[in-house]
Amino acid sequence: MQAGQDVKTFPTQFEYICMIEIKNVVKTYKSGDGTEFQALKSVSFKIEDGEFVAIMGPSGSGKSTLMHILGALDTPTSGTYFLDGKDVSTLSEDELADIRKGKIGFVFQSFNLLPRATVLRNVMLPLVYNGVPHADRQPQAEAALKAAGLDEGRFHNLSNQLSGGQIQRVAIARALVNNPSLILADEPTGNLDTKTGEIVLGTFQKLNNEQGRTIILITHEHDVAQHAGRIIFIKDGQILSDAKNPNQKLIKDL
Amino acid sequence: MTVADLLEETYSALSSNKARSFLTILGIVIGIGSVIAMVAIGQGAQSSIAARIQSIGSDLVQVTPGAQRGVGTQVSSGRGASRTLTQEDADAISKEVSTAKAVAPELSGRYQVTAKGKNTNTSVVGVSPTYPAVRNIAVDQGSFISDQNLLSLSKVAVLGPTTRDDLFGTDAEAVGQTIRIKNIEFKVIGITTAKGGTGFGSQDDMIFIPLTSAQRFLAGDNYVTTISVQAVDSDSMAQTQQQITDLLLSRHHISDPEAADFSTLNQADIVATASSVTGTFTILLAAVAGISLVVGGIGIMNMMLTTVTERTREIGLRKAIGAKRSEINLQFLIEAIVLTCVGGLVGIVLGWAVSFGITYLGILQTSVSFSSVLLAFGVSAVIGIVFGYFPARRAAALNPIDALRYE
Ligand SMILES: Nc1ncnc2c1ncn2[C@@H]1O[C@H](COP(=O)(O)OP(=O)(O)OP(=O)(O)O)[C@@H](O)[C@H]1O
Ligand SMILES: [Mg+2]
Repeated sequence: MQAGQDVKTFPTQFEYICMIEIKNVVKTYKSGDGTEFQALKSVSFKIEDGEFVAIMGPSGSGKSTLMHILGALDTPTSGTYFLDGKDVSTLSEDELADIRKGKIGFVFQSFNLLPRATVLRNVMLPLVYNGVPHADRQPQAEAALKAAGLDEGRFHNLSNQLSGGQIQRVAIARALVNNPSLILADEPTGNLDTKTGEIVLGTFQKLNNEQGRTIILITHEHDVAQHAGRIIFIKDGQILSDAKNPNQKLIKDL
Repeated sequence: MTVADLLEETYSALSSNKARSFLTILGIVIGIGSVIAMVAIGQGAQSSIAARIQSIGSDLVQVTPGAQRGVGTQVSSGRGASRTLTQEDADAISKEVSTAKAVAPELSGRYQVTAKGKNTNTSVVGVSPTYPAVRNIAVDQGSFISDQNLLSLSKVAVLGPTTRDDLFGTDAEAVGQTIRIKNIEFKVIGITTAKGGTGFGSQDDMIFIPLTSAQRFLAGDNYVTTISVQAVDSDSMAQTQQQITDLLLSRHHISDPEAADFSTLNQADIVATASSVTGTFTILLAAVAGISLVVGGIGIMNMMLTTVTERTREIGLRKAIGAKRSEINLQFLIEAIVLTCVGGLVGIVLGWAVSFGITYLGILQTSVSFSSVLLAFGVSAVIGIVFGYFPARRAAALNPIDALRYE
């Protein structure tokens, strides 16, 4: 990189602010009998604005733990997490709430829908907390549900009357509904057949390519990971490899 | 998040789990309703007893023969011992006790009474013309005993309405007829007005005859069984009682008040004793009501706490999608308030309806007291809020992942 370009794009006196930067993040769980378990052992990486990253690794390797920290849902035992240049550990509770609702869309591995509430109410809930006017909520929720590939006939079902794959799509729609700039999805295609999985992945790619949203997803499947532009491997709480994916598989038409 | 959003969230949270909301409200309804009804019944009983005592007469001091209730000086209260008060004592009281407004001596006893082949055993009271004023009775038909009757030892009688019904039939014409007391003929000259009240000592089940006639023909001696003294006002009752005691002690030549051969009873003392009894009764009812409030409260507590697991996950989820702690606290506070208020209002209506029903059916004149409403409502509101709001508040302080993992 040439010095001249550097000055134009980024002021040299500031370090380049990337979207996500974690340094030496450790997460230790204490179990009931007092023994400690390190789920993450000094993990560091940067993810820039507009990247599409897949995180892979065997079961129990710490992927979800890492994702919860990235989603500002949990705090690391030690290490730092900068989101948009701000140290997340210094933020107040209300500032964290603002980040969760405005900036991040999170798809839980276990979905976590409100039981006894309809699909639409579940997807509209983030809009309620985000102060979206009442009249706009339902159209936005319906659009998100369509983007996640849920059949329109299911919109008024209660969330506990859905199949696993349908629940997964509702969880994805809920993550998309606020138009977050960072989408964190923990195994979003785990319960979906190849075709529906492709619809979801296509939606993610579209959000990534056309709107520049940053996407991080966790998956077990190499085939799914191939849709991302960068793949990080984790094992036993440590990064094994972290590389660009030169053969990113693009889904053209949906 | 607007107020409308908050209310909508509360509404859908409560309506999406109807069984839980219903049971919580039911606990509150039963707790509050029973406290209000029980206290209303207790206070109704208290005022009904007080009203009956007042119906005996007002500001009365009663003097009866026999020993004071002093320790160690208990004189035998056999028949001999009770013959210590006379007409002269009554006259002396009326002459010398400055605060005595009216004095009514009486001689009562139970006798077999017959009329037209029917017979009854009832209380026959020899009285003077001052009796109706002092003992608060009125004449319905005919007339009462007059001074003339007293002087001439007339064989005339005034019947209480119950006695009249027993002897002549319900509401039969009795004035002018004759009755036989201890086989002596008396002519009925009047009927007193019904006062209500039943059982022993009811003034509706009595026969009044001239005191002198009772002494001559029935008792055969000169004594009286009670002297009722009406004080000029309620403030002077204690003073009246003291003056009577002093006067009678000197008339009976007794120097030691402990050894008095008569006793005096102040109506204020009767009222105080009776209301302490009914007060105990009210406390008993309130205790029963309190227990139902506690049981209702435990019901509320159970409902709230058993749903804590589910609600904690819900709180974790709400936080994960961006709810602020204050928004969650507010939602759960409103939820607890709505539950306790709905339950409280229904409970108040229920307790009031039960009290009203008891009054309406004529069982007892109940009175719903504002303080019991306030107490019952306050207790269940505190329970509802403590067990509905505080677990939620604690959950809202967790980070989202810990709340979502809560077991
Ligand atoms: N709350 C907790 N207390 C104790 N140990 C925990 C807790 N959460 C996770 N762990 C442990 O941390 C390790 C990493 O868990 P994590 O959920 O991050 O795995 P993962 O990579 O997401 O696995 P999977 O692919 O099965 O979802 C696991 O061994 C797990 O048992
Ligand atoms: Mg996981």
